[in-house]
Amino acid sequence: MAKELKLMKGNEAIARAMIASGTDGYFGYPITPQSEVMETLMAEKPWETTGMTVLQAESEMASINMVYGGAATGKKVATSSSSPGISLMQEGLTYLAGAEIPCLVVNVMRGGPGLGTIQPSQSDYFQSVKGGGHGDYQLYTLAPASVQEMYDFVFDAWDIAFKYRNPVLILSDGAIGQCMEKLYTRDYVPRWTEEERRKNAPWGTWGKPANRPHNIITSLELESSRQEVFNLKLQAKYAEMKEKEVRYEMLNCEDADYIFVAYGSSSRIAMKAMQMAREKGIKVGLFRLITLFPFPTKQLAEVAKHVKGILCVEMSAGQMIEDVKLATACGVKTEHFGRFGGIIPTPTEVLEALENKIIK
Amino acid sequence: MTEEIIIAGFGGQGVLSMGKILAYSGVMQDKEVSWMPSYGPEMRGGTANVSVIISDERISSPIINQFDTAIILNQQSLDKFESSVKPGGLLIYDPNGITHEPTRKDISIYKIAATAKAQEMGISKVFNMVVLGGFLKLKPIVEPKYIHEGLEHSLPQRHWNLIPQNEEAIEIGKGLIEPVQVL
Repeated sequence: MAKELKLMKGNEAIARAMIASGTDGYFGYPITPQSEVMETLMAEKPWETTGMTVLQAESEMASINMVYGGAATGKKVATSSSSPGISLMQEGLTYLAGAEIPCLVVNVMRGGPGLGTIQPSQSDYFQSVKGGGHGDYQLYTLAPASVQEMYDFVFDAWDIAFKYRNPVLILSDGAIGQCMEKLYTRDYVPRWTEEERRKNAPWGTWGKPANRPHNIITSLELESSRQEVFNLKLQAKYAEMKEKEVRYEMLNCEDADYIFVAYGSSSRIAMKAMQMAREKGIKVGLFRLITLFPFPTKQLAEVAKHVKGILCVEMSAGQMIEDVKLATACGVKTEHFGRFGGIIPTPTEVLEALENKIIK
Repeated sequence: MTEEIIIAGFGGQGVLSMGKILAYSGVMQDKEVSWMPSYGPEMRGGTANVSVIISDERISSPIINQFDTAIILNQQSLDKFESSVKPGGLLIYDPNGITHEPTRKDISIYKIAATAKAQEMGISKVFNMVVLGGFLKLKPIVEPKYIHEGLEHSLPQRHWNLIPQNEEAIEIGKGLIEPVQVL
């Protein structure tokens, strides 16, 4: 299918991108506000066109373990859920990271803790980039801020996942998931042939040729010295991501006296607040995180040298702000503004917070 | 040009689909658009609302709290959103079920008796298009041929036979809307 201009929800864009990017399988369990992902997949019936498998599992634990099994064969396998469901997947995620299995997980965040609310939130930052599951591991974490990015990042996710043999997380929220915007679709990337899969995933459990030993997928190593070597290898991989795969966007930062730091839907609200501030003559810029891990530490530190204050905007009690303060070594006045429980802050509130918490 | 609109009423009045048709028409006319619904518990029986932005420029926030235009279809929504219209902005409401009229003096106010008209004509299903017509009369931000394309893209093909009826309803709305207070 050729490029097309459409109007669709972020969740629908995720599903269509999965089909268009040559994804082999999707396993999921419904939960608001991301149910349209599986709804769209079921309506599109990709098993009849690309041959992609789509299955509703009996739970999120089952979904993530189906992802583990499928992705271990070197196929492109994905799942999606929202916050409580992602919590249920944490054991599987640390196993996937420990076994170095490329896969895609999408979290369309809602308010917590617990079952919380079905409305948008961004309070899973810690869970996404500071562990979530046990052990020293990282998920490459992309934070889309538009429907177009929901779509495009699925394609990017597969590149990164297979380049680094690492799970990729797309961390979105109910606002971007439910919002409809313009979308330019891409040409279909065909699913890998058997031959391509063997070439792109030589480590996969797709059968044992006579000329090499068994490929074993596991995250278990009882010999500590070997486990330490493996941990060092993981850390080297994460260091390489920090060096090469950082993504961010800067708007009006060159002459800014103050900046907002935000990601996802909060960055859109902050962009509006920035425009309102500029109309009032306050020089405000926006530093938008696109990757949450790896965090754009150096780039933010550089910008922070030239500003008088930073307002972190996140729909949480203040999680991302910790990494902002680490990046800037607390060298500049930095405050958090957020709302909880599914309340979306308004641009007016964000501007007021800047004036009250930073400028005053 | 940037037009920030809230459409609010009861679930079932076609609030979300009116917004979608307007947004899709904007897409067809090569505008930037966003459509941000309320999808929370209020949608499961009660009020529904959607913010639609149509612009010539990149849209910053799809989440907004001040509007150029508020299209109001019940009393709860009038109570909630009258104060959110920007000074100098536009408020359109259907008087059906309205017990407290809007009181703002710094905005233009129009009413459109779409519920009554649609019932009288037996076209309740396209009631929302009557309202949309009223809005487009005052703010022709999308051209009629793009509205047609917007309808084609918003409706499943099996319902394309209803497009003429929808367009007729838009025309009826254009004739029905009347000023209450013009700045």
